[in-house]
Amino acid sequence: MALWTRVACRFRRWVPAVLIPLATAACIGTSTQYPQSTLHPKSDFTRLIDGVLMNTVWAAIVVFILVEGALVWVVFRYRGKPNDPEPRQVHGNTTLEIIWTAIPALLLAIISVPTVKAIFQTYEVPKDALTVEVIGHQWWWEFRYPEYGVRTADEMHVPVGKMVLLKMKTEDVLHSFWSPEFAGKRDLFPNRTNTLWFTADTTGYFSGQCAEFCGTQHGRMGFEIKSTSPEEFDAYIKGLQATAPKAAADSAATAPSAGEPTRVSTLAAATRQLDPAEQAAVDSGAKIFRMCSACHSLDATTTANMIGPNLANIASRRYLAARTLRNTPENLASWIYDPQAIKHGVIMPKLGLTHEQATMVAKYLQTHR
Amino acid sequence: MSDHSHALEHHTATGLDSRKVAIWTFIGSECMFFASLIGTYLVYHGKSLSGPTAGETLEIPLVTGGTAVLLFSSFFVVMALNGAQRGNRRSLLFWLSATVLAGLSFVGMQIYEFSHFVHEGLTIKTNLFGATFYTLTGFHGTHVSIGVLWLATLLILAFRGKITPEKAINLEIAALYWHFVDVVWVVIFPVVYLMKDWKP
Amino acid sequence: MATSAISHADQVPSDHAEKRGLWSWITTVDHKRIGILYGATAFIFFLMGGIEALLIRWQLARPENTFLSPELYNELFTMHGTTMIFLAVMPLSAAFFNYFIPLQLGARDVAFPRLNAFSYWVFLLGGLWLNISFLFNAAPNAGWFGYANLTTNQFSPGLNIDFWMIGLQILGVASLAAAVNFFTTVVNLRAKGMKFMRMPMFTWMSFITQVLLLLAFPVITVALILLMFDRFFGTHFYIPASGGDPILWQHLFWIFGHPEVYILILPAFGVVSEVLPVFSRKPLFGYAAMVFSGIFIAFLGFGVWAHHMFATGMGPIADTAFSLTTMLIAIPTGVKIFNWLGTMAGGSLQMKTPLLFSIGFIAMFIIGGLSGVMHASPPADLQQTDSYFIVAHFHYVLFGGSIFALTSGAYYWWPKMFGRMLDEKIGKVHFWLMLIAFNLTFFPMHFVGLHGMPRRVYTYPAGLGFETMNMLETVGALLLALSQAIFIWNIIKAWRGPRNAPADPWNGATLEWAIPSPPQEFNFAVEPEVHSRDPLWEQKRQQGPLPEPERVGGQGIHLPNPSFWPLLTATGVAGIFISMMMIQFLGWWFVVAMVLWFLFSVYNWIFEPA
Repeated sequence: MALWTRVACRFRRWVPAVLIPLATAACIGTSTQYPQSTLHPKSDFTRLIDGVLMNTVWAAIVVFILVEGALVWVVFRYRGKPNDPEPRQVHGNTTLEIIWTAIPALLLAIISVPTVKAIFQTYEVPKDALTVEVIGHQWWWEFRYPEYGVRTADEMHVPVGKMVLLKMKTEDVLHSFWSPEFAGKRDLFPNRTNTLWFTADTTGYFSGQCAEFCGTQHGRMGFEIKSTSPEEFDAYIKGLQATAPKAAADSAATAPSAGEPTRVSTLAAATRQLDPAEQAAVDSGAKIFRMCSACHSLDATTTANMIGPNLANIASRRYLAARTLRNTPENLASWIYDPQAIKHGVIMPKLGLTHEQATMVAKYLQTHR
Repeated sequence: MSDHSHALEHHTATGLDSRKVAIWTFIGSECMFFASLIGTYLVYHGKSLSGPTAGETLEIPLVTGGTAVLLFSSFFVVMALNGAQRGNRRSLLFWLSATVLAGLSFVGMQIYEFSHFVHEGLTIKTNLFGATFYTLTGFHGTHVSIGVLWLATLLILAFRGKITPEKAINLEIAALYWHFVDVVWVVIFPVVYLMKDWKP
Repeated sequence: MATSAISHADQVPSDHAEKRGLWSWITTVDHKRIGILYGATAFIFFLMGGIEALLIRWQLARPENTFLSPELYNELFTMHGTTMIFLAVMPLSAAFFNYFIPLQLGARDVAFPRLNAFSYWVFLLGGLWLNISFLFNAAPNAGWFGYANLTTNQFSPGLNIDFWMIGLQILGVASLAAAVNFFTTVVNLRAKGMKFMRMPMFTWMSFITQVLLLLAFPVITVALILLMFDRFFGTHFYIPASGGDPILWQHLFWIFGHPEVYILILPAFGVVSEVLPVFSRKPLFGYAAMVFSGIFIAFLGFGVWAHHMFATGMGPIADTAFSLTTMLIAIPTGVKIFNWLGTMAGGSLQMKTPLLFSIGFIAMFIIGGLSGVMHASPPADLQQTDSYFIVAHFHYVLFGGSIFALTSGAYYWWPKMFGRMLDEKIGKVHFWLMLIAFNLTFFPMHFVGLHGMPRRVYTYPAGLGFETMNMLETVGALLLALSQAIFIWNIIKAWRGPRNAPADPWNGATLEWAIPSPPQEFNFAVEPEVHSRDPLWEQKRQQGPLPEPERVGGQGIHLPNPSFWPLLTATGVAGIFISMMMIQFLGWWFVVAMVLWFLFSVYNWIFEPA
C-alpha cells in the first residue's frame, strides 16, 4: 500500500507530461486522414504483410508492457536511502536466467513460423497476371504495359480485382518503389529485374513514392496508382493506344510539322469546340512543343526510350513532375517556364520560353487527355 | 621498433610480448581485408563484358617461380630469426639478406608482370578482370613491399649489431608479418592463377 | 590488497608533476589525457551533428517548407549520420576506453601509448577533413551509407563524395590502430589476479568491441578503396554499364555496417553494467551470462548484415536465413535486459543521476529492441525499411541506447576524470528533460513512418497526414537541444567550482575508485592485485571505509616520454589519403611527397627512445 501511495505521489507531478501527449496523440489519431498509410492495406499483398506485422506488433506490445512494467516496479520497489543496510549480495540465479532465455526464444520461434511462410508467399511469381514494367528515373516513374504496347508516366492505372505483376528496373541510380497500400516496397536495380505483385481490392487514387535515396530530388519522386473498374481500365488503355499517330509515321520523335493542326488538337477542337483565339494558342503551343519532343513523346505506343516522361495523356493526370504539383493549367505553364525553380536539379532545363509561350505549350498539352 | 614503453619492463598478463599480441591482432584484421578483396575478385570472375579475360592473360610459369621464391623467403626468415636468437651474426645477416632479396625479386616479378599485361592491353580500367586483378595482387604487392622495407631496415640494424638475442623479438614480429603475407599469396595464387579458366 | 599501499606511500617530491600548456597536450601519450581529448573533440562533433539535426527538423516542421534547399538538406542528413556515428558516438566510447580500460585493469597506461596518441590525431584529422567540405560547399550528400551507383562519377560529379570516402578511410585507420592497441592492452596489461572472468563489465564489452572493430573495418576499407578506384582511376567496380554490380557495395557496406551497430552499443552496455551494480549496491546479476551474451551478440553481428537489404529482393532462402539470425540476436539482448533488472531487483537503489540515465537507457532500449524485431521479418520490412519507422527504431537504440548510456557514464566518471562532481539537481533536470524531449522527438516517427513517410526526403506534401507529427518532432528536437544546453551548463558550473570530488564518491567496486580523483599520471603508485570481480568492495568489506588516497611522488615509476611524432605521423597518414583526392589537381608528386613524409615520421617515431 505504502508503495502504491509513493508511486502515485511520484507520478502526480508527471500527470500533465503523460496525459497531454496522449491526449494530443488521440486527437491526431482520430481526426487525421492518412492516404499513404501502410496500416490500411488495400490489396492481397499488403494484407499478407499486415497479418505478419500485426502478429509481431501484438507480441511486442505484450512484451513491452511486461518488461517496462517490471522495470518500473523494480525501480519503485527497491528505491533505497544512503544509510540503508547493504542489500543481500546476489550474484545470479541460473534457473531464472534459463527461463528468461527460453521465453524470448520460444516467442521468437512462434513469430518466425508465419514470417517464413509469408517470405515464400511474397516471392511467388503469379501466373496470368497483368504485367506492368516499372522503370525508375531520376526523378520520375515510367510505367509500361507490354501486353498493350503502351507506356505512361507517374500515374499507373490498374484494374481492380486483377492480379498485377510489377517488373521493375532503373535507368540510372537505385530507386525503391513503395506503394504502401498495394505493394510494399522493392528496390530497383540497373542490372536485374525485381518483382512485386498485388491485386487491388478498392478503387481510387493511391499514392506512393521512391524510398531509396536517389539524389537531389529524392523527396519529389512520387507516383499515383489509380485502381479502376476493368471497363474503365480498358477504356484507359484504348485511349493510350489511340495516341499513336494515325499516319504511317511510326517514329515517336516525329513532331507535328508546322502549319498543320495536330491530330489530337483537331480531335480536341472537335469535341471541346475551342474558340478561335484558344485554338490559335494551342497551335502555337504545338509549334513550340517541337523543341520539347527531343525528350518527350506524345505517343503512348512509342518504343523509343526518351529522356523525359511520356506526355500522351498528360492532361488526364492528377499531378505533374512526379507528384510535385497539382495538374492545373497554371502549374503546368509555370513548370514549362522554369522547372528548375520548382524542382531544382531536375534534368529538364529552363528552356528560355516567355511566360506567354509557356502558357501556349501548356494549352497545347492540355489537349492531350 | 622500441614502442614498448613500460609494458615490457613488467611481465604481461599472458607472458607474451605486447608487440607479438598486437601483430597477431593486426594479422587477424588483415585477414578480413584480403578476404574482402578475394571475395570481390571471385564475385566478378568471368563477369567482364569485354576481354582480355583471366584465361587469356595470366601466365602461370613466371608466377610459379615468384610463388616459390616467396615461399622460400619464409624459410629464410625463420633461419634468420634462429640466427638472431642464437646470437649467430653471420647466419642472421646471410639469411636476412636472402629474405630481403627474395622479397625484392617477388616485387620485381610483379612489376614485370604488370608492365607486360599493360603492354598487352590490360589496364585497371579495361574491364572488371583488370580492375579486380590489379587491385587484389597490387595490394598484396604493396604488403610485400612494406615487408621488404621493414626487413631491410632490420638488416641495416643487424649490420650495425643492433639485433642482439634479447632484441630478436623485433625480427620475430616482422617475420610473423612476412609469413602472413606469404600465406595470403598461397590463397591468391590458386584463386587467381590456377583457376584462371574456371567458369562460374 | 595492494591498493592500500597507496595511503602508506611516503610524501616525497614528485617525479610526475602535472604538466601544463598546449605543447604538453600535443605531445601527450598519457591515456587519460588522450581520453579527455577524445571526449572533448567528440562532444564538439556531437554538438555539430546536433545542429545539423535541428536544421533538418526545422525544415521538416512544415510541409513544402523551403527553409533548406534539397542540395543542402541532403548534405545535412548525410553529415548528421556520418558525424553521429563516426565522430560522436564511436569516439565518445573511445574516450571512456582510453580513460578507464587501463584504470579498470590496474595498468599504468595502454600497451602502446604513442600509438594511442596517433589514433587520436588521425581521428581528429579525419573528422576535420569531413567537415572542411562545408567550406568548399561540397559536403558529402549521398547518405552515411553512400549506396552505389549514386556515388559514381556519373551521378555525383562534385567533390562531395570524395570528401566522404577519403574522410572515412582516414577515420578507419584511427579505429584500427586504436583497436589493436586496446585489444593488446586488455590481453596483456591486466593486473595480477585479474583473470578474464574477473574483468569489469565495461572493460569486457569494450574488449568485444575491439574485436568487432578489427574484423569489420577492413571490409568497409575495401568497399571505399573500390569506390576510390572507380572515382579516381577509372575502374568499374560499381558501374553497371561495364558489368559492375551496385549490390556489391551494399554487401560490403553492411558486413561492416551491422557489426558497426554493435560497436556503437556494446560500450554502452558496458557502462550500464558498471553503473547499475554500484547504485544498486549489489553485484551484477549473472556476470557470466552478461559476458557470453555480449560475445554471442558480436558473433551473430557478422551473420545478419543482409537484413538491411530485404527490399533488394535476395530471394526467399536468403531472406529466411537472415531473418532468423536477426531474430536470434533478440535472445542474448533479452538476457542482458533481464539481468540488468535482476541486478536492480533486491538492491538498494541510490537515485543519483548516473543511475537515472542507465534506467532511461534500459527503458528506451527495450522500445528500440522491440521495433527491431518487427522489421526482422522481411515481409514487414517491405513496408518499414527506408521509412521513418526505421529512423525511430535506430534513434531508440543509438540515442535512447548509446547516448543515454554514455551520458550515464559521463555523470558516473566525471568526478574521477576531473576531480569535480557534476551537480545532482541540474543532472536530474537534464535527465527528465532529455527523456521527455527524446520521446517527443522520436516516438511519433514510428507512426509517421507506418503512415507512409519515407526517410531522407527534404520535404513532404500537405495532406498525407504527416504535418502534426512532424511539428511535434521538431518541438521535441528543440527541447532535446535545450537538455544538452543544461548538460553544458552543468559542465561549466563544475569546471568553475572547486575540486570537490573524493576518490570514491559512489562507493565504487572497481579499481579506478581506489586512486585519487583525478588520478596521477602513473595511475597506481603500486600495481594492484585483485582476488575477485569487485575488488574494491571486497577490500572495503574487509577493512571498512578506505581513507582518502594521498597523492604521492611516484619515484622510480617509468612513464613513456612525450612525443610529437604520433601527430606528425598522423598528418602523414591523412596526407596520403588527401593527396589521392588531389591527384586531379596536383598530380602524383604530392602523393609521393606525402608517402615520403609518412615514412620519415614513422622512422623518427621508431628510433625515438620511448
